[in-house]
Formats: sequence, structure tokens, C-alpha cells
Amino acid sequence: MTLLKKLTCIICPLGCNLEINEDKGELKILGNKCERGIKYALEEIKNPKRIVTTTVRIKGGIYPVIPVKTSLPIPKDYIFPLLEKLSEIEISAPIPIEYKVLENIFNLGIDVVTTRSMHKKED
Amino acid sequence: MLKETDIVIIGGGPGGLASAFSAGREKLRILIIERGEELGGILQQCIHPGFGLLYFKEELTGPEYAERWIKEVEKINNIEIWKKTMVLELYPDKKLIAVNDKGLWEIRPKAVILAMGCRERTHGNLAIPGTRPAGIFTAGTAQRLVNMEGYLPGEKILILGSGDIGLIMARRLKLEGAEVVGVVEKLSFPGGLTRNLVQCLEDFNIPLFLSHTVVEIKGRERLEGVYIAPVDSYGNPIISNKRFIQCDTLLLSVGLIPENELSEIAEIPIDNKTLGPFVDQFLMTEREGFFACGNVLLVNDLVDYVSFQGLIAGECAVKYIKGVIKRERKIPININGNLRLVVPQFISYPIILPEITFYFRVSEPKYNSVLHLKSGNKIIKTWKYPIVKPAEMIVLKINSSVFEETDNITFSMEEK
Repeated sequence: MTLLKKLTCIICPLGCNLEINEDKGELKILGNKCERGIKYALEEIKNPKRIVTTTVRIKGGIYPVIPVKTSLPIPKDYIFPLLEKLSEIEISAPIPIEYKVLENIFNLGIDVVTTRSMHKKED
Repeated sequence: MLKETDIVIIGGGPGGLASAFSAGREKLRILIIERGEELGGILQQCIHPGFGLLYFKEELTGPEYAERWIKEVEKINNIEIWKKTMVLELYPDKKLIAVNDKGLWEIRPKAVILAMGCRERTHGNLAIPGTRPAGIFTAGTAQRLVNMEGYLPGEKILILGSGDIGLIMARRLKLEGAEVVGVVEKLSFPGGLTRNLVQCLEDFNIPLFLSHTVVEIKGRERLEGVYIAPVDSYGNPIISNKRFIQCDTLLLSVGLIPENELSEIAEIPIDNKTLGPFVDQFLMTEREGFFACGNVLLVNDLVDYVSFQGLIAGECAVKYIKGVIKRERKIPININGNLRLVVPQFISYPIILPEITFYFRVSEPKYNSVLHLKSGNKIIKTWKYPIVKPAEMIVLKINSSVFEETDNITFSMEEK
């Protein structure tokens, strides 16, 4: 049996220390106190996903940046490539909340949207 | 200038917004006083997700959570909002002195809701030996710089304290391209929520040094690095084992302090456990007509709790003005065992509300605990907890009938 990954379960406050092992081509989870731990661990090893939140530049707003998020969790491997793309973007105030900054990123069917509205800076 | 109104809410963050929303449903005149340029308070810089799971049953970012409440509050005609206005004085007779670009105001309300939130413990509070170079920030200041002002505070970052803001900033700075060399925690257990330990540190392989602290700061103009050392079981650093960690930025995430200077001017008694006012189930302080909610009352781990408290404070401020709340007698809530604090700290009779929500924090992490509610020596109710942690509040809604026929109430957290 070989240890692939150690992780902490976040499904409930117990925070079990899980071990994902490979045994003759099968994944085996150790350390979980309930079934939900197995499901969590398998998702985390097969296709871990996260909502990504960051900011993009905005022209003429009350602040120079505006917060954005992915509309759904994206595979972890796409996090840094997405940040690269977003670093090149600049939008202009006024902007409503849930404005699509990027559509269908990496053909995942997921957008990047603003998480606040921002009005123009008054001179 | 003189301003008369029914309820003044000091602070336009989540606590103030929720209390305005609930008080505003009755046709009273409400005034929110906010010192910042916009409503929403600290939520506006908390751009990460994880807000609203209890209140809205969905996961929102801080600004989204704020914007939902702001929209609701702005719809209510009898709520007046003064931004960029600072309350300077608050008197025991509820008179306030505030200042804004129109001048100095004397405000006379019938009830006051304290919703000033909290601030971060700073470098000065810690007294770490060494030099005083640039590059030392509280985690929340760094959060505002990155998420709102668009600045990166440094390139190689060490974080002292494993509170949630520190953990969240570890991830945020990593995403912005900085190197995060580690998080140092003096206690033997982390300060933040497990979810944040996993998704902010483990996801990015950022090391967590438990039972360690920063013992010396190095650098003349800009921070060049810090010495960290392990601590013994009494929390004293073992200096002989210190080692140098190179970094240009040190972030402090070492605790939050409820901002009660105004409460103190108004001679409102403060609990030295919560650092917020003593309150009853109405969230009314010991001084009649003053209510408190959110992080000025106690530091909460979820904004949803802040909103729930705001709703109660708003509703009860209205009841107070209408003469529904009598407070004929009161009894203290005693706590025992592993419990460190409780809110509310006392119950006023008649209780009036159908249920009372209690907030607790424990002193130490423990497995298999039971929480007993006792009347005198008799156990009335028991709750079981497979695990309790200081970082995670315990919240219980209890039917008020339990408290009707008793004059001695104790909550006790014990090991099974």
C-alpha cells in the first residue's frame, strides 16, 4: 500500500486526518470517522475544485480594483492559468454586480463575475 | 446642529445593517452613522467566499453579502444613512456628538445600537524585540491594500498568528504572486477555522509552525527577516533554539478587539471575557436603551451570527421604545468547566422573546464533551459535542420556557 496524499477533512468540525492510499490499483481512505470523509477524499484526489476569488483592474472607479469570482468551483490546476488571464484585464466603472468579466473560461462553462457594483469616482 | 431621531445605529457594517433592517420595518425614524465612505464595513475587503451559508443558505463573498443587505436597507424610507460621519462622544443619557463635512452634530435618539465592530491587535500590543522597519502590517491592513487599493505589501511574507484573516491572506498573497514562507502560531493548536487551514495553507503547501513565535525583528529601512523560536508549555520562547527566517513582510493576525471606546464613554459595563458590553437576551446592555450586536459585542467567527444579532438588537430597540421591555429583575448566566465566555451574560424578566440564542467559546480544544444546562444543581438539558475548539463558537437556540422558573442558571462544559 502506498500513501498518495494526506489531507484534513472539512465536511464537519471534527477535521479527521485522512490518508489516501493506493492498494493494488484501488484507492483506500484511512482515518475517516464517517462515510462522508471517503467521498470528500475521493473528490479531493480525483478532481479537486475551488471557487477562485481575486481582483481585476477597473478604470475610473472609486477603487483601482474590483473583486471577482468564478461562478462555480474550477479544477485546482486552472487556478494559476486563470489568474494570468485576469491580470491582463481592465474594465471601466460604472460596473454592476455579477458583470461577466470573462465568459466560459477554458471551455469549462464557467464565468468570472464581479462580486460588487462600483460607481464612478466623482472628481 | 441638532438632530432628533428614534434609533441611532453606530456603524454601517453587517451588524448595523441587520439592526437597521429589522428596526426599520416598524415606522420609526432610524439613523445609521458610518465613518467610512460606504456601507458594508469589513465585508468589502473580504473578497473570499464562505459568507452567508447560514443566513442565505448559499456561499457568498464578503462584498456580495454586504450588497444584499445594503440593497434591502436602502429600500426602507425611514432609514437615513450618514456616511463619512464620525461619532466622537456618546453619553449615558444617549446624546451623541458626531462630525461630518456639514459640521458638528448633537444627536438625540430614544435608543442607541452599538455596531462599531472590532479592530486588530497590532505590533505595538505585542512588543516584539528588535528594530522597527517598514514591512510590518496587520493582516487586515494588508487585506485592504491588496483587495481594495490594489497594492501588494511585499514579496516574501511571514504571517504571525493563525487567525482566519492571517490564513486567508496567506492564500490571497500566494495568488497574487508573493512567496508565503509560513504561518507561525504560538499556541499548540491553530486559531482559524479548519476549512481555512485546508483551503488556504494545505492547498498551497504553506507551512504552519505551531508552538512557535517571532522573538526578534531584523532590518533597518525595510524588514529583512525575523527570528522565530519554539515556545515551552508555559508559552515562553526557548531563545537558544531560535532560527532566522528571511522575509520582507510580516503580517500580524493575532486577535481582534471589540471597539468599545464609545461604550466606555457612555459608562456601559464591559465584560472582560468578551471585551464587549454585558447584555441580556434583548442584547440590551446594562445601561437602559443601549443595545449591542456583532463584533463590538463579541468577536464572531461567522458574519451570519453578526446579522442574527443585528436583527435581535433592532427588533428589541423598537420594543424598548414602545415600552414593551420592562426588565423587572435579572439573573446572571453562570459558566463553568471548559467554557470561556457566554453571550448574553444575563437574562431579564419578563423574558418576552420566545427563544434565546446563546453564544459560547471554549478555553481549550477537547474531544467528547457534554454541555449541561443546570438550574441550581439540577441538569435540565444536555448537548453532546464530539469535538470543541476555541476557534469555533458554539451557538444554541433555547426555548425561553426553560428559564421561566429558575433563579440560578449555569452552563457547564465537561468531559464525558
